[in-house]
Amino acid sequence: MSFLDSFLARATLAGIGTALAAAPLGCFVVWRRMAYFGDATAHASILGVALALTFDVPVFGGVLLAALVMATSVSVLAGRGFAMDTLLGVMAHSALAFGLVAVSFLDGVRIDLMAYLFGDILAVGRVDLALIWGGAVLVLGLMWWRWSAILTATLNPDLAHAAGIDPRREQMVLTVALAIVVAVAIKVVGVLLIVALLLVPAAAARPFARTPEGMALVAAGMGVASAAGGMQFAYLLDTPTGPTIVCVAAILFAITSTGDLLRRRLFR
Amino acid sequence: MSLVDIRGLAVRAGGRQILHDVAFAIEPGEIVTVVGPNGSGKSTLLRSIVGAVRPTAGLVALKPGLRIGYVPQKLHIDPTLPITVRRFLGLPHPVSDDEAQMALTEAGAGDLGTRQMADLSGGQFQRVLLARALLARPDLLILDEATQGMDQPGSAEFYRQIEKVRTELGCAVLMVSHELHVVMAASDRVICLNGHICCEGAPEHVASAPEYRALFGTGTRGALALYRHEHTHSHDHGHDHDHAHGHHDHEHAE
Repeated sequence: MSFLDSFLARATLAGIGTALAAAPLGCFVVWRRMAYFGDATAHASILGVALALTFDVPVFGGVLLAALVMATSVSVLAGRGFAMDTLLGVMAHSALAFGLVAVSFLDGVRIDLMAYLFGDILAVGRVDLALIWGGAVLVLGLMWWRWSAILTATLNPDLAHAAGIDPRREQMVLTVALAIVVAVAIKVVGVLLIVALLLVPAAAARPFARTPEGMALVAAGMGVASAAGGMQFAYLLDTPTGPTIVCVAAILFAITSTGDLLRRRLFR
Repeated sequence: MSLVDIRGLAVRAGGRQILHDVAFAIEPGEIVTVVGPNGSGKSTLLRSIVGAVRPTAGLVALKPGLRIGYVPQKLHIDPTLPITVRRFLGLPHPVSDDEAQMALTEAGAGDLGTRQMADLSGGQFQRVLLARALLARPDLLILDEATQGMDQPGSAEFYRQIEKVRTELGCAVLMVSHELHVVMAASDRVICLNGHICCEGAPEHVASAPEYRALFGTGTRGALALYRHEHTHSHDHGHDHDHAHGHHDHEHAE
């Protein structure tokens, strides 16, 4: 019997892989104020689930495609008439609503909607685990490769242009990475909490960081701690796993930001 | 060959003609200042040289292999993004500690390396941006309202630094500013822009041109005289920027 035969081991590994991929991307989501953008992409993935089940293709592929289409169309529509937050709000919630309606048409297919909305990490199989870690490695590779360019474009698009970097191309790289993370994380925390997994560890890491790279590393640590800790708590307290992981991350955030606030009060 | 050769440049954006029929060239080592009212297309002109704006017509020809150092108008760093001055200088291309320190010293910001970008004052921030632009060992330094948010002595000091950099590196400088009197005193050539080039030439020539007066009114007619008046004024009050002003006195005497 190997280590991976234990569903708890598989679940923990799945959570850690997702948290690692989410950390550097989550930092960009925070710095570029893309939280709504993440929501829109994540919510669209429920539509991807419905389509994948309808056409009998792997859910992972359907989610990836829906997330990519959503993220790309938001990128294209941005700056053409509507304020960004309005546009994203409309897209995010419409995608979720259409997804939920589409899922209801699927008779004959027994689909556990809750599993997709809140994740079903305990049901992660070996194939899922391979997909999650494959996706995570891909995202980490993308981030490693484009890090400086995306960071420059994040600071200032004109500065990027002057250095021969096309900010729109870097935006596309982020979009693709986000779609992959959504597809990977849907099994772990579900559609509704994916953005929390991106945002919360990065936000919790902020007070400790002096450089962008430092923040990404601390965020990865926070994410892994949340995933592993959340699994343990969920097991001990018999609570839903995905939300428990996010709760642990939120508690970490509360501790670090309160600590930072106190430190500023006392020492400045 | 000129560093930059612009011919018949036109830029349209958001249904508005921002620039039309703009033509000029920048020669090695000269300081060229673009002045003009708000919305006259000054930033757009600079951004089209940098490659951030695509011309709708005309040509922006850069000398092959031209290295540009660019200081943008505004750079807002989100408070959630932690970054030291040292790390900022290494974006997007890593630089050695020695190079970084040398650029900071050249820009008059030698002691700022370990500070967080978010904690810098307006003047310090612009000096760091200048240092980053200098790291490219530029043939052409482009500054877009680089002294925004600085007080009068601060910006005079900043432009003095630019002249020093020009002398030491031999690079050409193209800049935009609202502070007509300070900037015009520091330029070899002034371009007065309002959608197109209204007039251009030596600072004294432009300041007395009717097109320039039409744009800026009679209040700044004698831009250089006004400048001279202002620094004499602070001098009288025993201001602690005697050195900077003394230097400019010297510039004027030349």
